[in-house]
Amino acid sequence: MASVDYSGPLTPTGNLRRRRVVDRLARGSATAAAVLAVAILLIFIYSIVQHGASVISLSFLTKNPLETFSVSGNAPVGGIGNAIVGSLLIVAIGTAIALPIGVLIALFLTEFASPRWAGPVRLALDLLYGLPSIVIALFLYGLLVVGHGQAGVYASLALAIIMVPLIARTTGESLGLVPKELRDASLALGISRWRTTVGLTIPSAFGGIVTGTVLAVARAAGETAPVLLLSSLANPTQTSGSVFSQPLNNLPYDIYNFSVEGGATNFAKAWGAALVLVTFVLVANFTARALHARSRRMMSR
Amino acid sequence: MDESPAEVDVTMSQVAAPLAIEVQEASENDAATGEVVFDLHDVNVYYGQALAVAGVSLEIYKNHITAMIGPSGCGKSTIVRSLNRMNDSVSGFRLTGECTYHGNDLYASGVDPVEVRRRIGMVFQRPNPFPKSIYDNIAWAPRILGLKENLDERVEKALRGAAIWDEVKDRLKTSALGLSGGQQQRLCIARSIAIEPDVLLLDEPCSSLDPISTASVEDLMQELKRDYTIVIVTHNMQQAARVAERTAFFSLDVSEGRRTGILVEYDETSKLFTRPTDKRTEDYVTGRFG
Repeated sequence: MASVDYSGPLTPTGNLRRRRVVDRLARGSATAAAVLAVAILLIFIYSIVQHGASVISLSFLTKNPLETFSVSGNAPVGGIGNAIVGSLLIVAIGTAIALPIGVLIALFLTEFASPRWAGPVRLALDLLYGLPSIVIALFLYGLLVVGHGQAGVYASLALAIIMVPLIARTTGESLGLVPKELRDASLALGISRWRTTVGLTIPSAFGGIVTGTVLAVARAAGETAPVLLLSSLANPTQTSGSVFSQPLNNLPYDIYNFSVEGGATNFAKAWGAALVLVTFVLVANFTARALHARSRRMMSR
Repeated sequence: MDESPAEVDVTMSQVAAPLAIEVQEASENDAATGEVVFDLHDVNVYYGQALAVAGVSLEIYKNHITAMIGPSGCGKSTIVRSLNRMNDSVSGFRLTGECTYHGNDLYASGVDPVEVRRRIGMVFQRPNPFPKSIYDNIAWAPRILGLKENLDERVEKALRGAAIWDEVKDRLKTSALGLSGGQQQRLCIARSIAIEPDVLLLDEPCSSLDPISTASVEDLMQELKRDYTIVIVTHNMQQAARVAERTAFFSLDVSEGRRTGILVEYDETSKLFTRPTDKRTEDYVTGRFG
């Protein structure tokens, strides 16, 4: 009855040979998919660096374009200085709006809300996160730009709407990781709920909050639709302007503009601007990871 | 085998013969005045619709160690956590009956649970130091409560009070999470006494500690009862016998498919362990049940 000779050599019997092939195939394809993802990223970064590095210079990074983008396809001379400044301003204001709101929403969800309320709010956040950025931009365009004209701060608002669910979610997750025992210990010392939250829970979750914020900033920095609709009619040569009343030039719009202008010089500039943007996003991601690792060490030590 | 109480291995609790239990003599406590701190009268605790603990009446005396023993789920932790309103955050929690602290109803409408807990501290089953330095673990609560003067002295006094000063005095600025389990639990006790509460509630403080750490925490309790009123929940009958002047035995009443915790017997520890009046207590302390 037994098909296996138990005293025989311990080499594969029965269908083990076939099962081993299936096993190898599954393992191989999974590994290949993972390698593919890494390869795509590396190729991507390589080509951006290869195309963009040649135009990177101090003057490209700091100078403004010297003439307007013309419909005739004349290459604008100069750099992307005002676009870098504009992007930084727009993203910084957006973050300043989104960070407190996101953290407060996370606090509401993890510390104060009853399950009856937490569920719907979480669902709303997920839906907000899923909204296409062009739709958010269109909404704000109809609400603010029509009749008032574009302004950098409108783009900041759109980016804030994009960032809030991201920050709220990551903050909420890291607040949720703070053990209930810690909160109990603090409450048992006669410390109020809010002081416990501010003095213990938030510091314990600080790494997660910073990580979430940095990732949200990285995502927002590359968002194109909002800046296109809300802060694009800039005078490209404009060196300074009020972010609250005027559209500001910015990196995603510069990349878009250089690309549609066409011509070798413009394409090189588009790649250069892309390199700057990607560098920013990558640095932000690595910083977030380092901070996260550091805070996890602090928590577990 | 050496029979002295401090040497008794906690793992023996399941197998040790009840006759080996050495009972704490109430007479050696000179700080006890017989003043009543907690007075519970016909206390019922509900979680939602379910009656969790029914009809508890007992008095807890000042500068005494009062132990609560009984099988799992019998409501001893629930009662202890009700004494400083730690159950408030449990959804569906409701308490009826009279539960007074120095004559004041703990569950009256004007009572602020934060103020209650400032006077009635609690140490938990698992050591839960904050992810801060040893110093800040102790100093954090006094700072917030406005006890900022001579903070260094206060920290040292609390750590000495919890018998851990010598072990940590050279590493006050290092993380408390680097301490051993027993050290962490004594740090948590130090943290509780740093704000000079009136009562310490200990909810199974030794259940995650090894026998040596357990012995040091038990010694500590004997020191602390000079200044504090202590209530300890424990699974370990020997521990109750070793440390407590009075012991409350809780049990589960299973009737009509419902499991309700009840207080079976509450008396001086020596009497409860040697001459229990209730058959259920006798069965439990002699190891025939639970």
